[in-house]
Amino acid sequence: MTYLHLESLTRRFTETAGVFDLSLGLERGRTLALLGPSGSGKTTTLRLLGGFEQPDRGRIIVDGEDVVPLRPERRRFGMVFQHYALFPHLDVGMNVAFGLEALGVSTVDATRRVAEALALVDLTGFERRRVAELSGGQQQRVALARAIAPEPRVLLLDEPLSNLDPALRERTRRELRAVIRRIGITTVIVTHEQDDAFDLGDVIAVLREGRLEQVAPPEVLYREPATPFVGAFVGRSSWLLGVVGTDGIVEVENTAWRLGSSSAWEGGSRVRLLVRPEALRFAGAGEDGLRIMVTDRRFAGASTFYLVATASGAVVEVSATPEAAVVGQPAVLVPVSDPADRDFLVRCFPAEPA
Amino acid sequence: MTGRPRRWGAVALVIVLAWLVVYPLLLVAGESVHGASGFSLEHFRRFLVEPREWHVLWASLWISVASVILAAGLGIPLAFLFEQTEFPGRRLLGALVALPVVLPPLVGVIAFLFLYGETGFVARLVQAALGLEDPPWRLEGAWAILLVHAYSMYVYFYLFTRAGLATLDHAALEAAHSLGAGRWRTLRRVTLPLLAPSLRGAALLTFMTALASFSAPYIFGGGFRVMPTQIVFTRLNGDYGLAMVQTVILSLVALLGLGLAGEGRAPVGATAGKGLPPAVAPIRGAALRRAATIGGWILGVLLLLPHLTLLLLSFVPVGTWTIETLPPAYTMGNYVTLVTEPERLRPLVNSLWMATSATLLALLVAVATGVLVARRPGRLAWLIEQLLVLPWLVPGTVFAVALATAFSVHAPWAGRLVLVGTVWILPLAYLVRNLPMASRAVLAGFRNLDPALEEAAASLGAGRWRRLARVTLPLLKPALAAGATLAFVTALGDFVTSIILYTYDTRPLSLEILASLRQGDVGVAAAYGVLLMALSALVFGLGSERKVVTR
Repeated sequence: MTYLHLESLTRRFTETAGVFDLSLGLERGRTLALLGPSGSGKTTTLRLLGGFEQPDRGRIIVDGEDVVPLRPERRRFGMVFQHYALFPHLDVGMNVAFGLEALGVSTVDATRRVAEALALVDLTGFERRRVAELSGGQQQRVALARAIAPEPRVLLLDEPLSNLDPALRERTRRELRAVIRRIGITTVIVTHEQDDAFDLGDVIAVLREGRLEQVAPPEVLYREPATPFVGAFVGRSSWLLGVVGTDGIVEVENTAWRLGSSSAWEGGSRVRLLVRPEALRFAGAGEDGLRIMVTDRRFAGASTFYLVATASGAVVEVSATPEAAVVGQPAVLVPVSDPADRDFLVRCFPAEPA
Repeated sequence: MTGRPRRWGAVALVIVLAWLVVYPLLLVAGESVHGASGFSLEHFRRFLVEPREWHVLWASLWISVASVILAAGLGIPLAFLFEQTEFPGRRLLGALVALPVVLPPLVGVIAFLFLYGETGFVARLVQAALGLEDPPWRLEGAWAILLVHAYSMYVYFYLFTRAGLATLDHAALEAAHSLGAGRWRTLRRVTLPLLAPSLRGAALLTFMTALASFSAPYIFGGGFRVMPTQIVFTRLNGDYGLAMVQTVILSLVALLGLGLAGEGRAPVGATAGKGLPPAVAPIRGAALRRAATIGGWILGVLLLLPHLTLLLLSFVPVGTWTIETLPPAYTMGNYVTLVTEPERLRPLVNSLWMATSATLLALLVAVATGVLVARRPGRLAWLIEQLLVLPWLVPGTVFAVALATAFSVHAPWAGRLVLVGTVWILPLAYLVRNLPMASRAVLAGFRNLDPALEEAAASLGAGRWRRLARVTLPLLKPALAAGATLAFVTALGDFVTSIILYTYDTRPLSLEILASLRQGDVGVAAAYGVLLMALSALVFGLGSERKVVTR
């Protein structure tokens, strides 16, 4: 059953800035990640949820109640701010107790609940510490403990990992996911990092210029992007142009690729193909396929990425083994053999109008 | 707070401020063109045809410009010395040099009187040394005023230049050197142009302060008048119409000076760019180093001398010191008198409660402004800020006359009440004069606050008032302390508005100092002065001790 429901939520700043007609639903205890580039409206959406912005129209339903008329302090939404916004004049314990005070929780209860919240984020005994003494990661956890201590209905996280260095980031993300799962709270998280969204979100909503492009679980988002924008924004990819033939064949620069997903298209349609790096492989001796020139090679540990140029001038990224090709040499590429994989790794979109 | 209530609050604030700040000035302008039968330019005609009035206006202008030049000549080199060279005692002296800021204007003036006046220490020493029959000089007229101005106003140049130098990008100077510019050329082509905004700010502040200066011309002027003293004397003579014209002209000159400086706001010591400040260079060569040290200490003593003189005199019993070089007897009697005689204690109590209530009210207005408009720029916000800065732009004498005019008539429907002669007029005047100082500090504090902190408090269920009490105000403590300190110290030592608006029952410290001086109670006057100085220093000490917690 849908617990949090956004209905036609609209907050307009300019023609392309703001949030436009956003409708989304989220089940109780699930996590929604709002993903998009900067200026896509994801932070505005979060601020609308928190009550720090007023929508021009639309509703935000929580558990059957429209919270739009409520001021932030009445919504019972916990929020973790991007720069944490810990109160510098209060110690850790008083920061965490702040939300309990407003609820009128007795001192004894508050002390216990502060200890519980701090234990949850692995900061037991930090009550008397000053905020300024804490590391960035610890501050982030205090901010989380403070937000969940009053047992909010929904937890909002604004780029919670963006201020941490990469090593700490991954660990903190794991811990964050563990805490969210353990307390089973309905969560909305804003991020511009695909990794964060994939790791934390049960569903991901991709936003662009204030409009919803697609909302789906991570696997679906990657394998079946609804729009070229989602395809390009989520995961690595390149573009190739093709013409749809008959019997699931797409002609790409004088080679014929068999693509199940092309059957939806009329013969002769011009299409843009979204090509994942793992969709193509370098051909063995005697195989024919797409003739290309290898222009660059980037070693990235688990796999090696090659940039290749086709005869028409398109640039495509291909992942392969470190010895698969040599920069400055011509080579031949063919699609991977498994048709099921192929259908997810190469997606057809309508060609842009010339 | 959203939309409506905030907007109505802001409108209410504009109305209150307009009533307190603009309306009295408009009434003065109205009175200046008001004759026996309605509109009349008679008062203006009398001003314009009287050569003496032109004289006074001219005196005000040249004294102010000369004060700027003198203050710059003293303050800028001092700033370079203390900011860019290292010698023993630099830190202590550097702080001492800023001391005149703590001295309320009237106290500084009487300290000068006791030190350099015709019966002061220095004059007596010279007289005794040379065996003269009469004092060697009289501390009177323009040069006496300029001496006091130079002493009290170089601090602006000193502080602004130091602040400017401290934020100067070292790399710019190194770049100049690497491009082949020598010391002198770098100073002229790089350092000074980068300091220009700071220097302009200091010049404007000095000019405005000198133009509005009242204590020094009042005590030392003798027959030499400047606009603020002329206004007071004209009023004493009962020629209110002419006094109104003089008041209007003085405010026009002040606003004109401000317009010429090209800035509509209180200046801040600012220079472009970030970076490392230039390194402090130790003076090379033992002889030069010793010279700098000795020179520095002599300077320090010279600067402290007025304060020390006042302290010494406060222990001299009445009438015991006549012809000796140094006072022959010392006593605690003057201080005992201050607290045991009700009539002597009264001015102290008056000043304390009036300054305290004016400061608290000014803070209240400042916080209200912060809550209502600090983070919502717009026309209303702009208007409120202009209203708040106005009392700083207009000389104190002008405001005192304006308040005396506005609040001496009973016409409630016109927003006028009879407050002159009551205990309310002085606190009100102090409040108006305090608004710019308090609001500048507090608004700066508001702008430094991370808005996310208040949002965080809201998301944790804290309503408007709880947010203000538990988050905003605690975080604003340093800004509130800074604003309160400046406002309180100014109100406590105020002379310029008090002399126009006081009553016998509400007489403040400054007027009691003047009265004691007139009655020959030098020791008591000095004791009041020391008390005022000590209170100001104490408040400054308390106010600056707070640690800054923002973001």
